[in-house]
Amino acid sequence: MTARPPGRSPELSLGTRVSMFIRLLAVQGAWNYETLVGNGIGFCVEPALRQLPGGLDGDAYRSALARESQYFNAHPYLTSVAVGALARAELEGEAPERIERFRTALCGPLGALGDRLVWATFLPLCSFTALVVFGLGGSPFVTVITFLGLYNAGHLALRVWGLQVGWRRGLGVAQSLGNPWLQHASPRLGRFAAALAGMALPLAVDRIIGAGQVLWGGTLVGVLLGAILLASLHGRAEGWKISIGVLTAFVLYSVIR
Amino acid sequence: MSAMDILFLSLLGGVLGLDTVSFPQAMLSRPIVAATLSGALVGDAVSGLLVGATLELFAVETLPFGASRYPEWGSASVIGGALFAKASWGFDAGRLTTTVLAALAIAWVGGWSMVQVRKLNARWARNRHDAVARGARRTVIGLQVAGIAADLVRGIVVTAIGLAVLAPLQTLALQSWGTSAPLARAMVVGAAGAVSLGAVYKLFHAVPGFVWQFMVGVAAGLAVVVLL
Repeated sequence: MTARPPGRSPELSLGTRVSMFIRLLAVQGAWNYETLVGNGIGFCVEPALRQLPGGLDGDAYRSALARESQYFNAHPYLTSVAVGALARAELEGEAPERIERFRTALCGPLGALGDRLVWATFLPLCSFTALVVFGLGGSPFVTVITFLGLYNAGHLALRVWGLQVGWRRGLGVAQSLGNPWLQHASPRLGRFAAALAGMALPLAVDRIIGAGQVLWGGTLVGVLLGAILLASLHGRAEGWKISIGVLTAFVLYSVIR
Repeated sequence: MSAMDILFLSLLGGVLGLDTVSFPQAMLSRPIVAATLSGALVGDAVSGLLVGATLELFAVETLPFGASRYPEWGSASVIGGALFAKASWGFDAGRLTTTVLAALAIAWVGGWSMVQVRKLNARWARNRHDAVARGARRTVIGLQVAGIAADLVRGIVVTAIGLAVLAPLQTLALQSWGTSAPLARAMVVGAAGAVSLGAVYKLFHAVPGFVWQFMVGVAAGLAVVVLL
């Protein structure tokens, strides 16, 4: 690898971008409670760092890789923004202190935005869409493809966008995170997801319990009462764990009687 | 369940368990996908989808936020899909209930096992801290590959042990099952629906117009159920 000539803006080859993107899919591979996703950031930025003066054996490469492999935390999909921006900052020769401050500052916004947009909105929206398809009698193939197609269209687009915008903006990438579309996407999708959830529940319950079952009405009342109970607990207990206890008691009763 | 079934299902459980966090997090590990694939592997994708949809109703409550502890649905759903598809020989009453209970229990154990892998990753990273601080390329890449390999093995082991232990237990339970099929199914669907509805409220109650949006959806869903 050759050093970048002074004064020229750094460039990434298509091969390097593809390599960084594929590595981003494994960014949480070494996730741990001490450095969190830090090693993953170093792992993903590494292909770009090979362009630093001296290449793989150079001091610049080693210093940058060490810096990028320290503690970092963000939503996994939006680490692509950080990886793109950090790659540019390193190749432009930004001061190490500035890069470290930037890394620290980026953690909070990338975590909060990703959690809100992806985990709390888009993933449930895709789940309820799949449950609607299932409830309408969708085949296994159609249901699974609907879920995976919809979810991964958004997932992969977010990762690609993140890497591109991070690389393009470098240390100025924070402005892109304030993009109105990103900021308003969550409440807009949330309204749609709420309607889909309302539609999915009766449809899915109907298909699972089986059409014409005499306990259909009783099941719906049970669903309502159970949900009210869970909501009144205000997150002090998780419904799926309570369900393990309830179902264990029912199975024991059914086996012993 | 034959040894070959357990072998292939365990490999699937490993791959889908890996998807939960490590690679590629494309939600192949979601119950509605994983249980369907597992059912298809043992010859009954429709049964896999049915149990997958039921588990998906539970899963919307447990989203993978940051460092929080959450159930591991990939290998659990593989077990769920396989148990439900394989336990179909005349055991209609209790089949879904025991399958869902088994999958929920494995999801809990799987979540615990992910925490152990994360602790193992931390130990490896601590032991190689000096090399990482020197910018050693092989160490940085090695830690990543080792973490992924450990997570893959974790998923395979959880699925294999889960199937080996729970398949005979389920058969025993179903042979002495004493409640009716509609009641057994209503119990599990009621629990899944309640958890899902509670999750919807928790996730979206702050969205402007939530109640109206949700009620319009419910009305549409009920209309389809009644009319079709």
